[in-house]
Formats: sequence, structure tokens, C-alpha cells
Amino acid sequence: MKPWAERIYNGVIRENPTLVLMLGMCPTLAVTTSAMNALGMGVSTMVVLIMSNLVISLVRKIIPDQVRLPAYIVIVASLVTVVELLMEAFVPVLYSALGIYIPLIVVNCIILGRAEAYASKNPPLMSAFDGLGMGLGFTAALVVIGALRELLGSGTVFGMDVTLNGVWEPVAIFVKAPGAFLILAFLVAIMNACHIKNRSDKLVEGGCDGHCAACGSPCPDKKEEAAK
Amino acid sequence: MSSQTSLILIIISTALVNNVVLIQFLGICSFLGVSKQMKASLSLGCAVIFVITLSSAVASLLYTYVLVPLELTYLKTIVFILVIAALVQVVEMFIKKTSPAIYNALGIYLPLITTNCAVLGVALTNVQDGLNFIQSVTAGFGTAVGFTIAIVLLAGIRSRIDEEAIPKPFRGAPMVLLSAALMSIAFMGFSGIL
Repeated sequence: MKPWAERIYNGVIRENPTLVLMLGMCPTLAVTTSAMNALGMGVSTMVVLIMSNLVISLVRKIIPDQVRLPAYIVIVASLVTVVELLMEAFVPVLYSALGIYIPLIVVNCIILGRAEAYASKNPPLMSAFDGLGMGLGFTAALVVIGALRELLGSGTVFGMDVTLNGVWEPVAIFVKAPGAFLILAFLVAIMNACHIKNRSDKLVEGGCDGHCAACGSPCPDKKEEAAK
Repeated sequence: MSSQTSLILIIISTALVNNVVLIQFLGICSFLGVSKQMKASLSLGCAVIFVITLSSAVASLLYTYVLVPLELTYLKTIVFILVIAALVQVVEMFIKKTSPAIYNALGIYLPLITTNCAVLGVALTNVQDGLNFIQSVTAGFGTAVGFTIAIVLLAGIRSRIDEEAIPKPFRGAPMVLLSAALMSIAFMGFSGIL
């Protein structure tokens, strides 16, 4: 497999940020009330991710090691502001639907995680492809969750009615908050079942505790080491 | 009188009705990650209450007296995240110097908070809703209390479910998410209060 294709495979399947690494949970749960919102969120995060990986990889040798996290945060925040202003201008409907979760792309674990784990150590082009792969994986997971919630909760997919003229009644709880947790729980369980079938004992553990480096924030013990 | 009632309403609304974790989905990472042990969740909760209350105060002042007069409100995301990161650093150093006991209890959780989207989320929501200084601080405090309630409850549930015979695919994250779903349903009941 070509190295760039390997990056994309890695992002979409092997290290899928949402379903395998359990990163960036906030937008995953919050904006997936419909497939369209999920797609919008996924694509805007992907754009930020590709750009931030590219920029950070370009300046990786200039930034001193001690201040790299604040520097990454400034780069990511600037890119997010640009994306936010563009969305406000060109897709105002999506902008108001996603609301506060657009500026919150800044604190999406995936972006700082990839900056720290990949872009800070690899050349620009590969980092951009890494961003593309991770972004596609994130978008795919979001759209699947969004489509499922929309289907079960509102009886539509991408706004098209699929209730067959009211043959079955949508269950409104799936577009409310608990539905997000429920759908994600079952999706991760399905991923786990696949892993078990492939005789891999690695179950999805979730949260930032095991992945401090991936999360961008320094590990407690690493930080103490650095203090010494 | 009316201003006092409205502040109480803000606390109830942010802590219970619009619970930051279970209804608004902010701070999910640490909610899922740190809720393994009761003690750790309680410490994180206290650190979050401290940081969010302080950061909503600073963000509100900064927005009203610096960004609005200079017409730089579109820079709020960058400014807020930098202020929060700096604030967490300062708080950490301050606690380390003044009270080693609190530092040992909270210290390791402080860096985790910088990337906790609840902190930035509260600062941005306060500005969006046009809350004044006192309202912002109250909303920040209420939100953080809501976070603490949720994470401590989840830690309690997790200490129980760890001992149960759960089907293998559901072990780990899925079971935690299912518990969170049930908690979220319970918290939806609070929407009748207001």
C-alpha cells in the first residue's frame, strides 16, 4: 500500500478517531441529531484538521519544544476562526444549527492529538494526508451516527421521509440527548464484537485517560518528569 | 429580590436542567476517562468548579472591557482559549506554592482541564447569551457543579457495574455510555422544573 493510502486507511479504519480511539466525543454526541448536521460538522473539522496538520508540520522545527502546545492551540484557534467566519458567510443555516460547537472545534481532542502524535514528527504532505484520513474517519463515524439517530428519531434520512407514510412511528428520544449515548454505545459494542471475532483482545476503552498523548494534554506523570 | 431569584434560576438551569455533560455534551472526554474512581472524579470535579468559575469571570471581563471596545469580538475563540490555558497554568503554580495539600489532590487534574471543552463552552455560551459579569460567574459555577454531580454519579455507577457479568462486547466504553444514556434520561426529567 502506498504510504499516503496507508494514512487514510489508518484514519478511517484502524485508528478511527471516534469509534476506536474514542476522541472528540463532544461534537460526536452533540451535533449528530441529523445526518446533514453530522456531515457539516465532520467536513468542517476535517478542513481544520488537514490545515492544522499541514501548518504545524511546516513550522515543527521552528517551534521550541517547551511552548509547542500553546503554539498549536493558537494555530488551531486561528484556523477555526477562519472556518467559522466562512461558514457564517456562506452556509448560515448550518452555522446556526451547529452553533457553539463550531468554535469548540478548537478543543477537539483529535486535532491537538494528531498535531502532537503525528504532525510534529512528520513531513507536511504526509501530515496533510494523515489529517485527511482522520478527518474522513471522523466524518464517516459522525454521518453513520447522525443518519441512525435521524432515521430512528425523526423517521428521515438526509431530510427524506422514510416512514412509508406513517407505517412506523419514529422514537423521539433518539434525537434527544440520551439517544446519542445509546447509539454510540451500540456502535462501539459492535466494533468490540468485531475485534473479539478477529481474536484481538483490544477492547475500546474510551476517554482520555489511556491516551494522554493522543489528547494533546500532557500526562500527569510526564508532566512531573518534565518539571524535574 | 428578583435578581437573587434569577441567579438561583441560573444555577438550577445550568446545573440540572441543561446539565453540561448529559444534555449539552461538553467535557465528555474527562467524563468518560476520569470517572473510574470516586475519589479521582471528586477531585476533578472540585478542580473544574474552581477553574470554570474563575475563567467565566475573566472571560466576561475581557469580553466586555477589551474585545467589545476594540471591536475584536470575532477573536473571542482565540483569546478565550489562551486565557484559559494561561489561567490553568497560573492556578497550578499558585496552588503548588501556597498549599501543597490541595496541589496533591487537584494538581494532576488541572492540565487535563485546559482541553476540557466545557470550560471554553461556558465562556462562549455566556457571551452568546449576553450575560453580565455576575450572571456569567453564576452560570459558570452552576455548570461546573452540574459537571461534578454527573461525574460523581457516573463514578458511583461504574464502581458497581465493574463487578457485574456484562456481555463481552459491552465491556468497557459501551457499558459506560449506556449508563450515561440512562442518567441522561433521568436528567431530562428536570426540564419540568423551570
